Amino acid sequence: MPSDAAAGPASRDIVIEILRYRSETDQKPVPQAYRVPFTDDMSVLQGLQYIKDHLDGTLSFRWSCRMAICGSCGMMIGGEPKLACMTFLRDYYPGPLTVEPLKHFPIERDLVVTVGGFVKKIESIYPYLIPKTLRRLDEGEYLQTPSQLAQYEPFSDCINCMLCYAACPQFGENPDFIGPGAMALLQRYNGDSRDGAQAKRMEIVHADNGAWSCTAVGHCSDVCPKQVDPANAVNQNKTNSAVDFFLRFLRRPSDSPLGASDGGAP
Amino acid sequence: MSGPRPYVRPAETLWWAHPPYLAYTLREATGVAVAGYALVLLAGLVSLASGERAYDAWLDFLKSPWSLALHALFLIGMIVHVWTWFRIMPKTMPRLVIGGRLVPQNWITAVGLAMATAAFIIILLVAEWMQP
Repeated sequence: MPSDAAAGPASRDIVIEILRYRSETDQKPVPQAYRVPFTDDMSVLQGLQYIKDHLDGTLSFRWSCRMAICGSCGMMIGGEPKLACMTFLRDYYPGPLTVEPLKHFPIERDLVVTVGGFVKKIESIYPYLIPKTLRRLDEGEYLQTPSQLAQYEPFSDCINCMLCYAACPQFGENPDFIGPGAMALLQRYNGDSRDGAQAKRMEIVHADNGAWSCTAVGHCSDVCPKQVDPANAVNQNKTNSAVDFFLRFLRRPSDSPLGASDGGAP
Repeated sequence: MSGPRPYVRPAETLWWAHPPYLAYTLREATGVAVAGYALVLLAGLVSLASGERAYDAWLDFLKSPWSLALHALFLIGMIVHVWTWFRIMPKTMPRLVIGGRLVPQNWITAVGLAMATAAFIIILLVAEWMQP
């Protein structure tokens, strides 16, 4: 078990102050401090696991992969949204280190936040390829050049950790804003040369809670642990939205935005 | 029924006054300097249209210490605005792929800043050349 290493002679102590909330007893979240022994190779997540295993079994937090792939352990570490598995206790020595649940989200319990709203947004953007023209199996694959792939590939690296939402002051003021993460996924499909459902997704971009709710703060891209650059996804869609708005006068009613045909499933 | 009772934290109102949002706040605030420049130029255009006396008065205003101080302030604001504006510019455009390779965003920022500097120098040279 990783936390056993902390008992070794080379360990130091750090105080971790966690914002706790137990809905059955607490009226509001309260900070609680724990003294945690750690070694240089221990992540904040391992620090939390040490607390749960040795100091206080009632502490709740989400985690799974321990290697920045699952996106479960996003939280405010030292006031910044970070993945606990990707952040090291040694960088906060001598502490104290504050750990809080992700900003802008309702707290379910301790470091666990409500993700329902975010999942709904992901569902709303047609998060799958809708081919321009359906190909029969004997017609072979949908082909794509490396340049076409480079247009959207980084947007497909999103792990849904929601750090970008915690970094977004506009989402803080308006929880209905579609937000950086969902918009990055939207652009992952809209930017794909094989996809033909741009018209459907542009409806979401145009909407009141779409791209125009963003004011280009840009911090979402700074905190992204996978270099997805969601600020780029949101802001290039302002351009797309504006172009789409002016070009609609030139299009025949049968045409769909951005020159793409709506080749949805039959 | 007793179930989970999610806690919604109160919204922060002063987020813009703290890092890491300060660069953004500065970019937006210095937009006022850009508008200020535009207003001064517009005033010049209006006074030009309303005759020689009005235009001379506008020129005299430009030479006053008040105006010089104002323009120093505008210049600082403008430089900050240009700097932060070109830093966010790559985020506002589609990914630039040349020859199958992604152009790094700081290159786009560098080209933008170089062009702004070049335009600034050209305008200074033209103004110098046009002086009577």
